[in-house]
Amino acid sequence: MKTKKKIAWGDYITYIGVTAAFIAVTALKNGGALNRSQLGLLVPICAYITMAISLNLTVGVLGELSLGHAGFMSIGAFSGIIAAMSLSELIPSAGVRMAIAMVTGAVFAGIFGFLIGIPVLRLRGDYLAIVTLAFGEIIKELINCLIVGYDSAGLHILINFDGSKTASDLELLEGGKAIIKGAQGAVGTKTIASFTAGYILIMIALFIILNLIRSRAGRAIMAIRDNRIAAESVGIEITKYKMMAFVTSAAIAGAAGALYGLNYSSLTAAKFDFNTSILVLVFVVLGGLGNIWGSVVAATVLYILPEALRSFADYRMLMFAIVLILVMLATNSSRTKALFEKLKSAKKEEEQ
Amino acid sequence: MSFSFERGKLAAVPSGSVIPERDLDKTPILETRHLGIDFGGLHAVQDFNLTIGRTEIAGLIGPNGAGKTTVFNLLTKVYQPTKGTILLDGNDTAGKTTEQINRMGIARTFQNIRLFNNLSVEDNVKIGLHNQEGYSMFTGILRLPNYWKQEKAAHERALELLSIFEMQDQAGVRAGSLPYGAQRRLEIVRALATNPSVLLLDEPAAGMNPSETAELMENIVKIRDLFQIAVVLIEHDMNLVMNICEGICVLNFGQVIAKGSPEEIQANPAVIEAYLGRKKEA
Amino acid sequence: MEFLSYLISGISLGSVYAIIALGYTMVYGIAKMLNFAHGDVIMVGGYMSFVAMSALHLPGWVSVLAGMAVCTVLGIVIEALAYRPLRSAPSLAVLITAIGVSYLLQNSAQLIWGANPISYPPVVSGTLHLFGGQLSISYVSLVTVAACILIMLALTAFTSKTKMGKAMRACSEDKGAAQLMGINVNRTISLTFAIGSALAAVAGVLLCSSYPTLMPTTGSMPGIKAFTAAVFGGIGSIPGAFLGGLLLGIIESMAKAYLSTQLSNSIVFAVLIIVLLVRPAGLMGKYVPEKV
Repeated sequence: MKTKKKIAWGDYITYIGVTAAFIAVTALKNGGALNRSQLGLLVPICAYITMAISLNLTVGVLGELSLGHAGFMSIGAFSGIIAAMSLSELIPSAGVRMAIAMVTGAVFAGIFGFLIGIPVLRLRGDYLAIVTLAFGEIIKELINCLIVGYDSAGLHILINFDGSKTASDLELLEGGKAIIKGAQGAVGTKTIASFTAGYILIMIALFIILNLIRSRAGRAIMAIRDNRIAAESVGIEITKYKMMAFVTSAAIAGAAGALYGLNYSSLTAAKFDFNTSILVLVFVVLGGLGNIWGSVVAATVLYILPEALRSFADYRMLMFAIVLILVMLATNSSRTKALFEKLKSAKKEEEQ
Repeated sequence: MSFSFERGKLAAVPSGSVIPERDLDKTPILETRHLGIDFGGLHAVQDFNLTIGRTEIAGLIGPNGAGKTTVFNLLTKVYQPTKGTILLDGNDTAGKTTEQINRMGIARTFQNIRLFNNLSVEDNVKIGLHNQEGYSMFTGILRLPNYWKQEKAAHERALELLSIFEMQDQAGVRAGSLPYGAQRRLEIVRALATNPSVLLLDEPAAGMNPSETAELMENIVKIRDLFQIAVVLIEHDMNLVMNICEGICVLNFGQVIAKGSPEEIQANPAVIEAYLGRKKEA
Repeated sequence: MEFLSYLISGISLGSVYAIIALGYTMVYGIAKMLNFAHGDVIMVGGYMSFVAMSALHLPGWVSVLAGMAVCTVLGIVIEALAYRPLRSAPSLAVLITAIGVSYLLQNSAQLIWGANPISYPPVVSGTLHLFGGQLSISYVSLVTVAACILIMLALTAFTSKTKMGKAMRACSEDKGAAQLMGINVNRTISLTFAIGSALAAVAGVLLCSSYPTLMPTTGSMPGIKAFTAAVFGGIGSIPGAFLGGLLLGIIESMAKAYLSTQLSNSIVFAVLIIVLLVRPAGLMGKYVPEKV
């Protein structure tokens, strides 16, 4: 029972840590201590932290490797942009529109998560991974075919499979505006995303996932991860709980996408490619599988790291790669593990 | 090995099995008829008929590779039988999945232990309680009053079940770090938590030392008495089988070669031959 | 005629995928890891042969050998430094390390040769005209297809006939048992990486000869596609990788020609998804259910 209390404390520390960081950064920001490029990082960091938390649900808690998480971010980003832009006259408050955009992003990503989950969750291991990768690429190409605009008559959506159509084919009425122009992506988006919105999103995502893990459903999901056959044998509906984790994960990624998308006046689907999925996966693995607080820290540090290395200009990505390899070798190789074990047991002996 | 207990008197039933007399007037909890499965032409199990009484402790024995675990896998639908029927409390289980079978009342343990290694002992049991808790995912996320109420009940129930094996003090320990014997016991507790009417134990005493085995024997009987359920066990420890099993069924090469009381089985020439081999003709 | 020329370009592209997939499938079969850096070895092979041809003015075939030699060493070094220490680590850790290696290769290439695409002088040039010029096939395509078939046959013979090849198959079945039988597992895995990387170099040269631009990210997409091809055909199976690569190339080429240029990758991936749903272990793979 001791450990139980410890775990619950860990959750509170996560909330407190995130809040403290938010307050500190806001103070720095208001005090004018941050330069332009640092300010520009705030919202993307929040989006990537949320992405990492949500992917941790699939990879760390459910135990299925997903290589297409950026696809859900993409769906969330573009559906969120459409929602926010088309409501810009109806709802003047940017905050409310931001909230609606994130909910829309979450809903659409959740729906796609469900549809994609039907085939994906029937597969296992690396096969599942390669199919999530495939879906990520498919989403990217499909969004590249999307042309969307709005006018007084409502939303106009065109799907441009053969590459022959442009925004003018939407035939918008006077005063209408194109929101997404095919491969050019979203253009002229009003950037309503804010650091506060990002903070709230992280807190909601943390609340959902941490509480889920400590509930009946979360235990079922972790049971599937640890031993699928045993989980079946105690009457857990594998498909239902896998889907629950996958859809929740996708929906949160969608909300993160909406936050990210509304932070830039122009955005293409190519931003959410395989490399983005991998980047988020790196955050999750380095932060520790199933360790939500670890994801938050890893996402923050690793997102800032390449920026901090900017003074090394050309070498920064190279250094990032080397750091990544060294960290993995240091934390996972059998030799260093044996060393840690030794230290641990030595410490235990001392305590006794 | 001083442990012994009063075994029920056995009576024959139409399927050719024997069940304790006290269970005769009730529907048998488990009955298989002509059960069989082929793996690409190999008859792993064929024409398997067995009746288990509601409160029977039954043994399923046989040499290695006889098909004992396959029978468990058929009963729990890990494999779908290619032939025959399985009746659970009189209901046909055709077309059911493993998880549905568990909810219908069969729980099992595994020969190669399958715990949720990264979770605590208590969580392992709580996962067994999964279908007895009833709150939704949203209640769980929002931590509505029902969440607290049911989690408290689950916590208490888990500790209560763990206390059968005096494991309540280890509730917070990671299941994967338990010693081998304790892992086997935890698997039994987890299976019990699903509130079964039949408990299938696949080599529960494997890897245990004699004193642990003796304790296990007592506990199996205790579980049967406490929960009034049937227990079917696969075991190579003949001392355990002969001491606590009422009816015994012997498998060899996927076929039943003998059924009866421990005394009958011990005296059965076919069983002796299956275990020791045929005596060379002089 | 039009159809035929699309088919031929599909077969040629598919042959490149097949060569990469053969290396991928061998490495996966033995190391059980998604080696994301494999695609970048293709790129290194391309750059090496480029340097051999344009800076050292060596003939084409020598440049191929040079690329193969460098990539073989590279493969062995990567395996020894980055993957071997993680042999018993969780597969995700190895995957992330492979991603790190991939970043490392790409960024090193970018530092040396710059991020801009360079134009690659084809190793084989010229075109074969058939049917009075109605159908033209580049010699590169013919060489690619021939190389692919040759490599497939050689690998099949190698893994089934030679002692090293048998050791390789033994290791991919069960490393522990192979070791007990006196097989040097480390050396066998090294050899597999060496062969896989040499094949990647060949694929790099052929790829760059058909699509004559080269940049640090040239290998990523073909790498992913080749892995898809290997999964498609049934990972671990040599004929499967060959078949998967060819089919993938043909599907991609046909999709580009007749359905949609923009969605050609999506169509390829959609076919992969459907195949995996119908045959969870790929076209020629063995499905091994989990033992209870």
